[in-house]
Amino acid sequence: MAEPLLRVEQVSKRFGGLLALDRVSFIAQPGRIVALIGPNGAGKTTLFSIIAGCLPASEGRIVYDGDPIDGERPYQLARRGIARTFQIAQPFAGLTVHENIAVGAHLSRPARREALAAAAAIAREVGLGDLLDRPAATLTVAGRKRLELARALATGPRLLLLDEVLAGLNPTEIHDMLPVIRAICSRGVTIVMIEHVMQAVMCLAEHVFVLSEGRVIAEGPPQAIVTDPLVVEAYLGRGAAHRMVAAGTGHA
Amino acid sequence: MKGLVPIVAAMALLGAVPVATSSNVVLNFLVVALLIALVGQGWNLLGGYGGQYSFGHAAFFGTGAYVTAILQVRYGVNAWLGFAAGIAAGALVGAVIGALSFRSGLKGSYFALVTLAFAEVLRIVASVAPITGAGVGTLVKLDLRSEAFQFQSRAPYYWIALCLVGVSLMLVRAIEGSRFGAYLVAVRENEDAAQALGVNTTLVKLVAMTISAAIAATGGCFYVQYFLFVDAGIAYGPWISIEALLVPIVGGVGMVFGPLLGALVVKTLGELAKLVTGDAPGLDLVIYGCVLIAVVSVAPRGVAGVVLVLHRRIQALRIAPPPASERRDG
Repeated sequence: MAEPLLRVEQVSKRFGGLLALDRVSFIAQPGRIVALIGPNGAGKTTLFSIIAGCLPASEGRIVYDGDPIDGERPYQLARRGIARTFQIAQPFAGLTVHENIAVGAHLSRPARREALAAAAAIAREVGLGDLLDRPAATLTVAGRKRLELARALATGPRLLLLDEVLAGLNPTEIHDMLPVIRAICSRGVTIVMIEHVMQAVMCLAEHVFVLSEGRVIAEGPPQAIVTDPLVVEAYLGRGAAHRMVAAGTGHA
Repeated sequence: MKGLVPIVAAMALLGAVPVATSSNVVLNFLVVALLIALVGQGWNLLGGYGGQYSFGHAAFFGTGAYVTAILQVRYGVNAWLGFAAGIAAGALVGAVIGALSFRSGLKGSYFALVTLAFAEVLRIVASVAPITGAGVGTLVKLDLRSEAFQFQSRAPYYWIALCLVGVSLMLVRAIEGSRFGAYLVAVRENEDAAQALGVNTTLVKLVAMTISAAIAATGGCFYVQYFLFVDAGIAYGPWISIEALLVPIVGGVGMVFGPLLGALVVKTLGELAKLVTGDAPGLDLVIYGCVLIAVVSVAPRGVAGVVLVLHRRIQALRIAPPPASERRDG
C-alpha cells in the first residue's frame, strides 16, 4: 500500500477534565475519500481543528506527506497544501463571490489578474459561475457551502478537509453537490470529510472511521460499517443492535 | 491603469487652484484639508482596508513631526533629510506598536484602546522630556529657502501637500489591486477564514500598520514645515487621531478617495461651523460629532459610497431600461 498522505497517530485532546479525543489514529491514502462519522459530540470537529492547526493536540502527532506538522499555524499548513472548509460557513461577507475565491487563488498566484482568472474557473467548477459578482452575504446556505468549497479548492490543495459541507442542504442540493466532490477527488485531491448525511458517505467514501466519545470505535468500508453492532450502538444506545437483530428475526 | 485616471484628474483639478486664486485664506484652508486627507489616508489603509480601527494615529503623526523638528533644530540636519527621517521614524513606531498589539492578538476595541494608550503615553513623555522642548514645544527657525523646505508663498506648500496626497492615493490604489490588498481586506472580513487560506494574518496587519504609520508620519513632517512649530498637544494630542479616523469615515471607509473627500467635506463644515458659532470654543467639535453620527447612521460608506451608488444607478439607466437594470449582473 502507498504511503498515506495524512497519518494521525495517537492524538489526544483534553479540555480541562474532559477528554475530547482519546488516542485517535487514522490515515488517509492519497487520492481517496475518507469519511469521519460519529454521533454529535464525538470529537470530529475537534480532530479537524487539530489537523488544520487551529488547536494544539495534548498528545500524539500528525504526519503529513512524511513530515510531522503538529504545532504549525493554519496558514503554514495551507501553504503545505492542506485546505479546510468550516462547519459554519465563514465567507468574506463584504466581498463578492469572485473576490472571495480569489483570496484562496492568490496562495500560488501573486498576480491579481491570474488569481481572478483562476477563481472564475473554480467558481464554474463548483457551480457558482453565474454568481461571480454577487456579494457573498447574499448567498443561500447551499451557495455558502459551495463558496467554502471553492475557496479551499482555489488554494490548490493536496489534502482537503471538508467539515459537513452537506449539512443544511436539501436532498436536491445534496444530489447536485455529490458529483462536484467526486470530481475534486478524481483530480487527485485527497479528501477527508466529516459528514452526517449517510447517503453521501455511502456513495462517496471508500473508507470510514467512526468516532464516538473521542475514540475510534470502528473503521472499514462503508457497507461494513453500517452493519457493525458497535456503530449502531454508538448512535442508538446500548443493546440497540441486539434488539434490532431480535426484531428482525422475530418478523421472519 | 484605469484606476489611475480619476487620481490624475483630481490632482490636475486641485493643482490648478493656486493658478486661479492667490488668496491665502483659500490656500491655507486647502493645505490643512490636504494634510488631514493624507493622515486620513494612512488611517484608511489600516482601518478601512484592514479593519483595524486605530484610535492613536497621533503616535505616528507626532513622531514624524518631532523627528523632523528636532533633527533640524538640535542637530542641524537638512530639513528634507529630517522630513525623510521623520517618515522612517513614524513607520518604525507603527511597526513596534503593531508587533506588540497584533502578536498578543488584540482586536477591535482592545486594539483601539491600546493605540490610544500609546499615543497618550507619548504625549505625556513629550510634554516633559527636554529633547522635545517639554511644555514649551519646539520652534523651527524661519529660513525661507527651498533647501530648508520653507517658502515665501503658500502655493509651493500647497503643491507639495497635493503631491503627497497624490502619492498616497496611488499607493493605496496599487495596494488595492495587489495580492497584499486582497489579503488585507480578507483579514478585515474574517481572520480565521483568511488564515485557513494561507494568509499570515499577523504579518499582513503588521505591514499595513507600518505603511499606515509612515503615511500618517508624513503628515506630521509636513505639519512642522508648514507651521514651523510643534508641541506635545499638537503632535500627540487626540485631535489628530480623531481627524485621522473622522475623514475616512465621512468620506468613505475602505475607498481610495474616501479620506480626500472626507477632509474637504469635514473642513468645509468646520469653517462654516466657526462662522456660525463665532468664537464659542469647542462648538465646532460638537458639530463634528453630529456629522459623524449622521454619516454612520445614514451613509455608512460615506460620501464616496453615495457617489458610487448614484454612479451605478446612472450607468444602469444608460445600459438597460429601468425594469431590466437589476438583472444586469446575472
